Amino acid sequence: MKRFLRVAAVAVAILSAGLWLGLGANRGWTKTQQQVRTLDPVTGLESVDYRAKFSPGLELLALGLAGAAGLAALSFLFRPTTKNNI
Amino acid sequence: MKNSLQSARSAILLAAGLITGAALNAATQSFDFKDPKGVNNAVFKLDAPLEAINGSANGVSGKVSFDPANPGDTKGTLKVATSTLTVPNPMMKEHLHGDQWMDVAKFPEIVFETKSLSDVKTTENTTTATATGTLTIKGVTKEISAPVTLTYLKDKLGLRVPNMKGDLLVIRSKFTIKRADYGINPGAPQDKVSDTIELTLSVAGASPQ
Repeated sequence: MKRFLRVAAVAVAILSAGLWLGLGANRGWTKTQQQVRTLDPVTGLESVDYRAKFSPGLELLALGLAGAAGLAALSFLFRPTTKNNI
Repeated sequence: MKNSLQSARSAILLAAGLITGAALNAATQSFDFKDPKGVNNAVFKLDAPLEAINGSANGVSGKVSFDPANPGDTKGTLKVATSTLTVPNPMMKEHLHGDQWMDVAKFPEIVFETKSLSDVKTTENTTTATATGTLTIKGVTKEISAPVTLTYLKDKLGLRVPNMKGDLLVIRSKFTIKRADYGINPGAPQDKVSDTIELTLSVAGASPQ
């Protein structure tokens, strides 16, 4: 159990960091939309549109890493399994 | 005889006045800022610790009267539908539309009404000035002054809207307001969300012929 929790903790940490990095390493809050700015050639005005794009923020990264730390901490509650040589 | 001459003179003066007045009115054009293309927008920015809150609204409407020969006489009203206020974070958007922040259900519009222009400088088709008027947000009306740039694009409407003839008027403005002045979540601590809101208005109005 102890080993399982530690492996799970490492997996959750890697998954959280990997998703955060892979989806844009957004150093702000989580976003579900992205601003798209387009220049109107006649007026020279920049229009602002939104397109759906999930971009996890630092709070989700922190949540994932905190979950990993929790699993690792939980693993210390279990005694290491010892081989019975009798 | 003298009386009839005076009557004729008065009639001529009256006619001349009416003709001049009509000519002056004809030079003033009315521009409609309801934009079917959705290009017109107002962008807002508030500083916050993790990242600045950036959003926009594209529900712009309103009418402005503009005389290319006398841009200093520009007057009008611009409105922004609060329901179109958008930020990329869904929870923030929910809060923004809620009663603490913009209360869009109760206050559906932000209204800016121009009273006068000062420091008017015109170069070719572009006029810069300071617009003084009233800004109404969440039912609170305050007088503000903001720098504006007006660009008159003669006969350019057809390039935006096919089969239509007319002119365009582009208005740009960037100014700041205080959140607390308009009762926009006055309880929110300023170290979490700044009191200053930076507003950028970029709109184009059409005057079809």
